[in-house]
Amino acid sequence: MADIIEEYIPIVGQPIIDDLKLLAEKLKGKVIQHINSTAVGGGVAEILSRMVPLLKELGVDTRWDVIKGGEQFFEVTKKFHNVLHGRPEGITQRDFDIFLETSQRNIEALDIYGDIVFVHDPQPIALIKKRSGNKWIWRCHVDVSNPNQRVWKFLENFITDYDSAVFSAPNFSQRLPIRQFLISPSIDPLSDKNRELPQETIDSVLRKYNIKKDKPVITQISRFDRLKDPIGVIETYKQVKKYFDCQLILAGGSAADDPESTQVLEEARVKSGHDKDIHILLLPQDNIAVNALQRASDVIVQKSLKEGFGLTVAEALWKSKPVVASNVGGIPLQIKHKYSGLLCHSIDGASFAIKQLLANPEYAKKLGQNGREHIRNNFLISRHIKEYMLLFLSLYHREDVVYL
Amino acid sequence: MPGLIKAIEPFRFYTRLHLSELTGLRASTLGQLLSVIKEVPGSCIYHHTHRFLQQHQYLSPEPPNDFAYWVSKVLGEDELGERLASIDTIQFSTVRSLRDKIIATIDNYLKNNMSAKLKFAGEGEEFHFIKSVSFVLQTNYIAYDLKGFADIVKNITIDSIYFHIFESRLRLEKKTNDFSNWIETSIGDKELSDKISRLDPYIHTLEDLRKTIIRIVEKRICV
Repeated sequence: MADIIEEYIPIVGQPIIDDLKLLAEKLKGKVIQHINSTAVGGGVAEILSRMVPLLKELGVDTRWDVIKGGEQFFEVTKKFHNVLHGRPEGITQRDFDIFLETSQRNIEALDIYGDIVFVHDPQPIALIKKRSGNKWIWRCHVDVSNPNQRVWKFLENFITDYDSAVFSAPNFSQRLPIRQFLISPSIDPLSDKNRELPQETIDSVLRKYNIKKDKPVITQISRFDRLKDPIGVIETYKQVKKYFDCQLILAGGSAADDPESTQVLEEARVKSGHDKDIHILLLPQDNIAVNALQRASDVIVQKSLKEGFGLTVAEALWKSKPVVASNVGGIPLQIKHKYSGLLCHSIDGASFAIKQLLANPEYAKKLGQNGREHIRNNFLISRHIKEYMLLFLSLYHREDVVYL
Repeated sequence: MPGLIKAIEPFRFYTRLHLSELTGLRASTLGQLLSVIKEVPGSCIYHHTHRFLQQHQYLSPEPPNDFAYWVSKVLGEDELGERLASIDTIQFSTVRSLRDKIIATIDNYLKNNMSAKLKFAGEGEEFHFIKSVSFVLQTNYIAYDLKGFADIVKNITIDSIYFHIFESRLRLEKKTNDFSNWIETSIGDKELSDKISRLDPYIHTLEDLRKTIIRIVEKRICV
């Protein structure tokens, strides 16, 4: 475990790591307790699994607990997730009751020991009722730019008891009586999903999934979730296919707190028909495979209808890949249109952008290179850790200029 | 040698790390933008006129302040966007006076361009006001002479350079940047101090600024 942090020096530079160590010293003696709803699958678990050991190595006493849910609870929180993203879906009083009953069991069962309790997303939000003299942060990873008001008001009753809230994009912020901070998530350049891979590894993954590199590869990596619009991606591919003989990879895993994914996967399979150039792959927690598929791609797509942040965009850009992605959630923070990728608003727009990139490989390459530098400067885990440590320190200082 | 003249007081390098605090305030029209600009804390004005310096350390298509970007790209008011982008920030010694200039620029434009009042941003394209919270920390780097100073500037983070050049001058309302101040008062080299204070840091990327400062100081050391 020792010295993992030093491995980031060639990527971000020694002074950045020195700053992290300076900040960590200011947090000596504080215990940080992260709480979320799943230990594996999804962006939150992925970030925490990398961040917790790094913070510990820096000397910040950081721990991570997971609440217990159950099928009914996660069905309700998935509904919450969908309607917070603006999708119409019926929410009943029974849903709120199920949420509160499970929350109460977690309030009774979970040991709260942190000086700073860092709660991720709506699922564990009610734990704030256990507050007793310590500091509490609510971290929202969801796009709440246009939330269902009934659910938002329900959550707001809890949120206002926290010390601070954190959102991933400026347009997610709401009028709240507590402090709100803007912190984007990040990718870890040394994780299995993002580290450099030898060509043999990439080739062996392609062989495993029976993908030949005989025609351009268009890829979307994401959970099988309607908000990621897998059907729209297939329609986009079909439009491109009329002009470029290409292939499509739709690949992703499933998360323990997402009961809907099996159904969406099946819908995508039906939509793909018998097209042998469409590869629909369920990759449960195979980060090396995701990495290899991204590296083997000619264009990467993220055609989400809503997006908490869209870390798959950062992953693709870090690999210097040209990306076509929807102008939603945190994606425009990562892509400046025509500079570090192409933004789109529709299936037609996405297919036009992909065709442009396939026809102009030099342009595509330049977008990918710019994208990589943008990610290096703004979306790597080192920046994220720095901002989390500043966030912890902000709980003890209310000024706009803080002398530490 | 000028590079080895011992400073009266050593230069202690600080760094400044920042968090973006969301205010929940937003604007959809120029009129709303103007009225919120008048009310928000100085930390907001500072954020939207300085954010780009730290986020884009290489050539990027974004203009140097968020107001200019939004007015041009979202409202389509290119002329006002250009006027806001070309505000000579280095001429202002306080955030207050910079804010007044931004207000006057938008006000004047609105008086002469009545139709601009009718433009509004679509859903999801509103201007969101954010403020900058700065955390200032002492680093372990200390310079006792110009040579040591140049060596440290080569290695320090751009956040540290940013703090001593931008933040201390404008936000903390010191008359000049910290480097020039130290070189004049502790090294006693007014000419070198003036050379650095005459730089317009707003037209450089931070890495470029680092290289320029090192070049000026090293040239002086070699005299």
